[in-house]
Amino acid sequence: MGARTLFDKVWTAHEVVPETADTPAVLYVDLHLIHEVTSPQAFSVLKSLDLRVRRPDRTLATMDHSTPTVSDQVFGKIPIKVDAAAKQVRQLESNAAEFGVELFDMRDARRGIVHVISPELGCTQPGMTIVCGDSHTSTHGAFGALAFGIGTTEVGHVFATQCLLQRKPKTFAVNVEGELRPGVTAKDLILHIIGRIGVSGGTGHVLEYRGSTIRALSMDERMTICNMSIEAGARAGMVAPDETTFEYLKGKPRAPQGAEWNAAVARWRALCSDPDARFDASVDIDASTLEPMITYGTNPGMVMPLGGAIPEITGNAVYDKALGYMGFHGGEVMLGKPVDVVFIGSCTNGRLADLTAAAGILKGRKVAAGVKLLIVPGSQQVKRAAEELGLAQIFKDAGADWRESGCSMCLGMNGDTVGAGQYSVSTSNRNFEGRQGVGARTLLVSPLTAAATAVRGRIADPREFS
Amino acid sequence: MEPLERVKSKTVVIASTNIDTDQIIPARFLTTTTKDGLGRQLFADWRYLADGAPNPDFILNRPEAAGCRVLVAGRNFGCGSSREHAPWALLDYGIRAVISTEIADIFKNNALKNGLLPITVDGATAKWLMDNPGAEVDIDLVAARVTLPNGAATAFSIEAFARHCLLHGIDELGYLRSKLDLIESYEAARRW
Repeated sequence: MGARTLFDKVWTAHEVVPETADTPAVLYVDLHLIHEVTSPQAFSVLKSLDLRVRRPDRTLATMDHSTPTVSDQVFGKIPIKVDAAAKQVRQLESNAAEFGVELFDMRDARRGIVHVISPELGCTQPGMTIVCGDSHTSTHGAFGALAFGIGTTEVGHVFATQCLLQRKPKTFAVNVEGELRPGVTAKDLILHIIGRIGVSGGTGHVLEYRGSTIRALSMDERMTICNMSIEAGARAGMVAPDETTFEYLKGKPRAPQGAEWNAAVARWRALCSDPDARFDASVDIDASTLEPMITYGTNPGMVMPLGGAIPEITGNAVYDKALGYMGFHGGEVMLGKPVDVVFIGSCTNGRLADLTAAAGILKGRKVAAGVKLLIVPGSQQVKRAAEELGLAQIFKDAGADWRESGCSMCLGMNGDTVGAGQYSVSTSNRNFEGRQGVGARTLLVSPLTAAATAVRGRIADPREFS
Repeated sequence: MEPLERVKSKTVVIASTNIDTDQIIPARFLTTTTKDGLGRQLFADWRYLADGAPNPDFILNRPEAAGCRVLVAGRNFGCGSSREHAPWALLDYGIRAVISTEIADIFKNNALKNGLLPITVDGATAKWLMDNPGAEVDIDLVAARVTLPNGAATAFSIEAFARHCLLHGIDELGYLRSKLDLIESYEAARRW
């Protein structure tokens, strides 16, 4: 066997039937994560065909996308405000009970955003195949898993067979070298990468993030990177597991324990691309010169250094439409622009490290008058940890709105929305038109830049606070 | 699923690149638990004004778009979220094929599983289609070829098994379930 990439190794280990010219591979799924929004129609298919969930032991359900973040609604003191969301919650409860799927329901202390809870429970492990009816499933690739988003029809396929029909994607090496400067985060790095390769640069490929910069990142940071692979068009992004990965997983409730742990780590150590493995595409990134980044348009590839000016492009209708929507024009400086809302949270930046970074700036300071700062932890466990560490108190003292966990204002399904025409500086992953509310204008940034902006009330450089 | 061999229709053109699934159907409409009726919300934020009235400037609200079953769109159509509500909304509205120079991976998969044809063509063909909105095109899935009214024919690539299933109305789940014995053997042989 020739030299193989990390992706090749994980893919091959899960081929029940390899692909041929006429038929795609039958690929085995180790872990199937589900939530209330993209599962109902798949359960309906099972019911109509009188089928069961074949491997409920490999299926895990949570509620995150349309769920409220207001405590009284979460814990049932008052009804869930969005009726249709309440119906989705009830339907997942009844489907999970009927099909024997483990569910972290609204009152469960382990509930949270699906891509935050699976790693923190130790369910996400190196070498696994992981799928979910959500495009940010790429997050789990940070552990050296092959993890990607699927549609609801495919959710049904996995329910019924624990497998998917898949064509083997190509491989794409993202080589990142150099030390990130103070104030420059994993979020800035992935925004830079997306700007560099483009929002469809990774289409048809699985990205592997490699190099000294990636090796130096924590698991929370690697998850931020892999999370946004889909914003470059790649269904999956991967990082080879190493001591950082093992250290993170050790002792997690669903991670292997005792002798099984040692055997698992021995197996996981082989999960890396061979030195002479060939990739179908590659890009080299120098991380040492990066600045904090911010988006200025209506997709994550329309991104620029925070201290720079919006690029001036003539004769491009799409660029004109995007800038028209944002209320910007080419050549404008971004720093100092007033904002209405700051959102810190999401599967991109809703983990404890993100909240800790934001708290470093917010400590002893106040949110600027007229600005709403919404901070939504990625999971109930993150929430509890942030409260125990005093971060929540820092946020409340600063005047932030501190909520229960969920996807919240990242996609505005649950009523947490940004008003038409308002500017939202957000740590989430998508700045599409209307993503955070009809007419909302989203600027994607790191948690540091978000916190600095909340304090100033204007787009601000976090390095001013160091 | 009904067998599908051919889509012959006038085109409607939305030239924007990177049309994401939040534009195709905004997230606030995903609180449904069925697939029905999503066509009403297709391109909702472009199609309707703030008061809910149709936006007269949006192409789908113009008389020439009536009955069009082929959507021609800019590069990287369907990027973003994995929501299958996007092809469900397009189909419910009446669209049976999307033509672009590039179509996002998850959207393409979802489309194929629902009988919506994702057709990727070369830049010259796409430009001709963009420049000639309303052109009558003939998409032949048997030959994997799209023919323009000027007689020019362009081959398109489509995943072989998905094409086979579409042509014969085969449900992929049935095929996967026919492999259950192999799946069980795989599980038994796994040592972890």
